[in-house]
Amino acid sequence: MKKYLFIILSILLLISCKAKEEAPKVSGKTLNGAGATFPYPLYSAWASAYYKEKGIKINYQSIGSGGGIRQITERTVDFGATDMALKPEEVEEKRLLQFPTVIGGVVISFNLPELGDKRLVLDGETLCKIFLGEIKNWDDPKLKALNPGVNLPSKPITPVYRSDGSGTTAIFTHYLSDVCPKWAKEIGFGTSVNFKAGIGAKGNEGVANYVKRTPYSLGYLEYAYAVQNKIRAADLKNAKGKIVSPSVESFKEAAKTSQLDPAKHFYAWMTNAPGEGAWPITGATYILLAKEKAEVNKEVLKFFDWAFQAGDKTALELHYVPLPEEVKSKVREYWKNQGL
Amino acid sequence: MATFKREYLFNSLFLAITALSSFLVIALLLGIFLVLLKESLPAFQRFGFLGFILSSSWDPVKENFGGAIPLFGTLVTSFFALILAIPIALGIAIFITEVAPKSLREPIGMAIELLAAIPSIIYGMWGLFTLAPIQSKYIEPFLQKTLGSLPYFGKLFSGTPLGIDIFTASLILSIMIIPFTASVARDAFQLVPPVLKESAYGVGATKWEVIKDVVIPYCKLGILGGIGLSLGRALGETMAVAFVLGNLNQFPSSLFSATATVTVKLANEFTEADKDIHLASLFYLALLLFIMSFTILAIAKYFIQRTGTK
Amino acid sequence: MIKRRKIINQIALFICFLTAVWGLFWLFFILFDVVRHGLTALTPSLILNDPAPPGVSGGGLKHAILGHTLITITATLIGVPIGILGGTFLAEYGRNWAFSRIISFLADIMVSVPAIIVGAFVYALFVKPIGHFSGFAGALALAFIMIPVIVRTTENMLSLIPWTLREAAFALGAPYYKVIFQIVYRGAGMGIFTGIILAIARVTGEAAPLLFTSFNNAFTSYNLREPLASLTVTIFQYAMGPYEDWHRQAWGASFLITLFILGLTLVGRYLIKRRFKH
Repeated sequence: MKKYLFIILSILLLISCKAKEEAPKVSGKTLNGAGATFPYPLYSAWASAYYKEKGIKINYQSIGSGGGIRQITERTVDFGATDMALKPEEVEEKRLLQFPTVIGGVVISFNLPELGDKRLVLDGETLCKIFLGEIKNWDDPKLKALNPGVNLPSKPITPVYRSDGSGTTAIFTHYLSDVCPKWAKEIGFGTSVNFKAGIGAKGNEGVANYVKRTPYSLGYLEYAYAVQNKIRAADLKNAKGKIVSPSVESFKEAAKTSQLDPAKHFYAWMTNAPGEGAWPITGATYILLAKEKAEVNKEVLKFFDWAFQAGDKTALELHYVPLPEEVKSKVREYWKNQGL
Repeated sequence: MATFKREYLFNSLFLAITALSSFLVIALLLGIFLVLLKESLPAFQRFGFLGFILSSSWDPVKENFGGAIPLFGTLVTSFFALILAIPIALGIAIFITEVAPKSLREPIGMAIELLAAIPSIIYGMWGLFTLAPIQSKYIEPFLQKTLGSLPYFGKLFSGTPLGIDIFTASLILSIMIIPFTASVARDAFQLVPPVLKESAYGVGATKWEVIKDVVIPYCKLGILGGIGLSLGRALGETMAVAFVLGNLNQFPSSLFSATATVTVKLANEFTEADKDIHLASLFYLALLLFIMSFTILAIAKYFIQRTGTK
Repeated sequence: MIKRRKIINQIALFICFLTAVWGLFWLFFILFDVVRHGLTALTPSLILNDPAPPGVSGGGLKHAILGHTLITITATLIGVPIGILGGTFLAEYGRNWAFSRIISFLADIMVSVPAIIVGAFVYALFVKPIGHFSGFAGALALAFIMIPVIVRTTENMLSLIPWTLREAAFALGAPYYKVIFQIVYRGAGMGIFTGIILAIARVTGEAAPLLFTSFNNAFTSYNLREPLASLTVTIFQYAMGPYEDWHRQAWGASFLITLFILGLTLVGRYLIKRRFKH
């Protein structure tokens, strides 16, 4: 018995020695953030580069925008991230600060082996009906009408949605509410809605995983995930009736007409934008900070300031749209006005 | 004399420390119950008891929550898991105690116990990556073609076989809970007084008849206890089911539907519920699950104690 | 007539044989799969590297292995002493007290309580009020799961020591606590140790209680006051994601965990058998 105790104690001693050894190498600072899966590939890449340069760890966990909002409200993390911007009243009520970091697009990914290289065209109404369960099969007349000359199989569609609290869901359902009165009335928009049909997957990661592996499925996905995992995405008819493909350009076009106003804590929607080449399901992603934690916020802002200066290239590589310079200055001014 | 007093003090101190440690168990139990109660109070006040368990809406936008579907899902998946697991577990217990050659008994028994030792997340991984595709490509379509054409019963096998559904989840659960019933049944079988079995053999019964008419009736209570343990485990299982069930808030229409269970809902939505009433509703579900599994486990353990097995 | 009964007998027993085959089939199928996918993923970089951002290859599980080890060791340090002391009370000082039977019964039930509920409990008590997730909260959740297990196994092991041994020590004038330490513990030492091993095996495989307590960390950290990565939560995260590289790592992690837990379980069972042979 004594022998075992001795062995255990010496192992513990060794581990604690090693821990002390590691400590000086690291500056010891970790900032914890959680929230949207939408910008996760980008924040993760930025954090990795920031750690290499400054030795400060930005531990970002993608648990969904709902999670980001909740955890920062409870003050269990240093910053929260969400693609659904909180209304100005909510920001004030929860004593938070909110600002955008980057813009991206939500695309309709699908798995249709018969399609080959042809493109798939959808519009707001058909998307609405698919997710309401009213359009059940790939060869439905409405889909055929949008895709003449394409051999659509007679198989059932499996819609995939987010089972967790998601800003991507918010952006997608806000778009559906814009173009489909029935959706607006029966379901509405938000980070978690009462989907009527399909399968729930966790995070953008989960949706991508599911669509990739399940033939005849269709899900809404942040663009970077579709590209990184080589999943096909559909073209959409936008507000002007033009058929657009998802791309950094079409996202930029949609962002142009948005009103990002510091007085409203940058609350804005970019769905169903009026531009000719605008991608109809575009949105910005935001960071939420706890107003009273000045020290922590300073450190967090140092990271995002660094990202604004040096992170644009990475953002473009991952198919996100960096904020235009005017917006970046507005954000910096917002920080200054809050005393940071 | 001085040392006597010191010894007495040490003894009292040690008694106090150990007593406190054992009371900690009770404190833990009460603590969990009270905390769950407190956190779920807002939901209880808003939706009531019957109102909550009978409502099937789970609408975070309209802030209307009801536990009918996750509760139903938990019960349905556990029920089907039991149907698949109990006959198998009893068969294994019979095999180990009566049929298998003596030298194989320990190894086979140990192997079955290992099924319980495999962590549930491994079951989930395997279920998602290996079993679900096999289910979706071969097993489920096959079942649909054969059993699905039967009237009434065939309805159970309708729907698109995606592999992510009640059938797969229940199958995995059934494999996980086999050891609980099997080992309790095994212990119970070994406690049957040999006299009873000998007298049955003496009047010319076959082995199977002895098992069917002497051993199993004698061990009724123990077997029920084992079933209760398996059920308790199935109710609370999270990770294995989370990978293959889909968290869809809809009543399942067949074995091939996705649905939600209490544990899967908790795992998916707990850190992310951004409205207070959403989190309170989740705690409400947790409280109901706690009460359910505690009751079933208590009854099961009581039965097992009554039969004198461990 | 007899012939028919004999045939039924053969069929029924054969079916029982088949059930055993069914059970063993799944066991070997699952283990085979874990080994097959896990071995291919097992490279030195898997264990030694820090994780990489999603979509970037070359990441490893160092953060998860270290985090998980830290959390498990802390949980053991908290849970084992309390468990042993609690079991000691039930088997020794409290052995004639009726309430002890109730505590024992309740502990037995607590062993099977859903782990996710313990996680929710610790979140409400040690994460929300404190203001951040921590490895320590995760360790606490695991300790709460371990304590009932160790209380029960300790109680069982101590009860196996014949009462006469204690009487002999009393007759020599030893106070009860000395009797416990020098006679009872010494005799039941191996049994208690086995109980600890089995409790560790049980708790190492848990993911649900860690989801809302130790949360997760994208970096390697030794700080229990920060969120920590763990192998099980990482498996959950990576398996649910779309990246092939993540899936590969998840299998590797599964392999490591399964190896560890099955190893511990077999060692524990072997020790029990050996103890009873003597």
